[in-house]
Amino acid sequence: MTTAGKILGYQLRDIARNRWVLAYAAVLLVLTEALFRLGGDGQRVVLSLLNLVLIFVPLVALTFGTLYLYNAREFIELLLAQPVGRGAMFAGLWGGLALPLIGAVSVGVGLPFLLHAGEGDIPVHAVLLLLGTGALLTASFTAIAFLLALRFDDRAMGFGAALMVWLACAVVYDGLILLAVTVFANYPLETPLLILTLLNPLDLGRVLLLLDLDVSALMGYTGAIFNQFLGTGLGLGVALVALLLWTVVPLMFGLRRFRKRDF
Amino acid sequence: MSAPLVIDVVGLVKHFGRLQVLRGIDLAVVPGRITGLVGPNAAGKSTLIKSILGLVRPDAGRLSVLGCAVNGDERYRRRIGYMPQAARFPENLTGQEVLEMIRDLRGPTAAPDRSLLDDFELAAEFPKRIHALSGGTRQKLSAGLAFLFRPDLLILDEPTAGLDPVASGVFKRHLLAARERGASVLLASHTMSELEELAVDIIFLLEGRVRFHGPVQQLLDQTRTERLEAGIAALMQGEAAR
Repeated sequence: MTTAGKILGYQLRDIARNRWVLAYAAVLLVLTEALFRLGGDGQRVVLSLLNLVLIFVPLVALTFGTLYLYNAREFIELLLAQPVGRGAMFAGLWGGLALPLIGAVSVGVGLPFLLHAGEGDIPVHAVLLLLGTGALLTASFTAIAFLLALRFDDRAMGFGAALMVWLACAVVYDGLILLAVTVFANYPLETPLLILTLLNPLDLGRVLLLLDLDVSALMGYTGAIFNQFLGTGLGLGVALVALLLWTVVPLMFGLRRFRKRDF
Repeated sequence: MSAPLVIDVVGLVKHFGRLQVLRGIDLAVVPGRITGLVGPNAAGKSTLIKSILGLVRPDAGRLSVLGCAVNGDERYRRRIGYMPQAARFPENLTGQEVLEMIRDLRGPTAAPDRSLLDDFELAAEFPKRIHALSGGTRQKLSAGLAFLFRPDLLILDEPTAGLDPVASGVFKRHLLAARERGASVLLASHTMSELEELAVDIIFLLEGRVRFHGPVQQLLDQTRTERLEAGIAALMQGEAAR
């Protein structure tokens, strides 16, 4: 097995036993189950969960991700004093964080759907897409969390920056877009808005889900533009690729910092 | 030709931002000796150790360890055992799992030397998770890991700071035994009595420079003192007077 694989294996074991990760899975489980109990059919539950996943998953990935890296600092130091390369170390750390969090989302959201599978009208496709989006958002925001934790040596700064990023993506961004739309109502805004959507991974997750579920009323401004200009198929492809880039690019910058930095 | 130097450093310089931590270090440590690394806080001891381990990337200078240039290739660290000042392990792994992890990462080695772990009587602690272990037990685990692979070079940063007197005695015995089988040791410590007991050579760092490197006896003669503590104090005062 490669060095990165070995590190990943042990980190995975550590984090899978972390009580916060277990609590995360439990909270998602309870919320999903509650939505079923409140009398929703499968389709309605998926739509309610959508916003929950979009808000909650990036927040947990960002905060848990930065804190995890700060807490592991001394152990990273010890491992790097072994015959372990920095690239392998970085890959093992990130994988060992992202996979258990993805597991928590899959169990927390997926399990209630499995339990209610016998009750008919479960939109299997939509549930899988919801889980896939949860996984992609986790991958992307943990990568961003790593980049922030490596950028700021001070943990309070790093944690603060992580919260700011979440606030910006989840709340401020849409507000600014709406403001821009009203202020520049007389101009053709479609292309700039399309680009702005690509710049927010959380928006991309939303677009991915809503385009596929074809619920135009819930799509929001950016989603509607995506649908209008790219059509469902191309829109999905573009959103998916952009979201993957939001994982790969922060990881590349993070790795570059990780290789150069002093421990 | 004689055996290569254990640590060979020429003109090592390191800044952290505006702070100049190492201001041109030259060192040649010969094999098979226990070398004490001494200096006041912020003298650059940790940065020097981390440079040797490849954790800190120097701004200038040349560094080779056990005959291998330190340039980003990690393989030379197979022959090093490192015990950091404060050991921290993943909280939710057991002691046994941490041990397995490090052994896995080291790759295939000859039978590991568990004698220090055995002498610390840690067997009962191995099944427990790290967060359930006391600070002293973690320190023992960390020491055991450093000795586990019979390294040619042991780098120990304040190793006995968290150990009780009994454990400290066990540790020193193993340190001397490692020297007997030919290992070299770099021992950073603030405890002068411990260094008098163990070290043959002393490196004294002050403000990022090597102010003395040589046998303990030479330091005592040069400063006309009887004890290492007084000798180091005399060196520091000499610096202040200059």
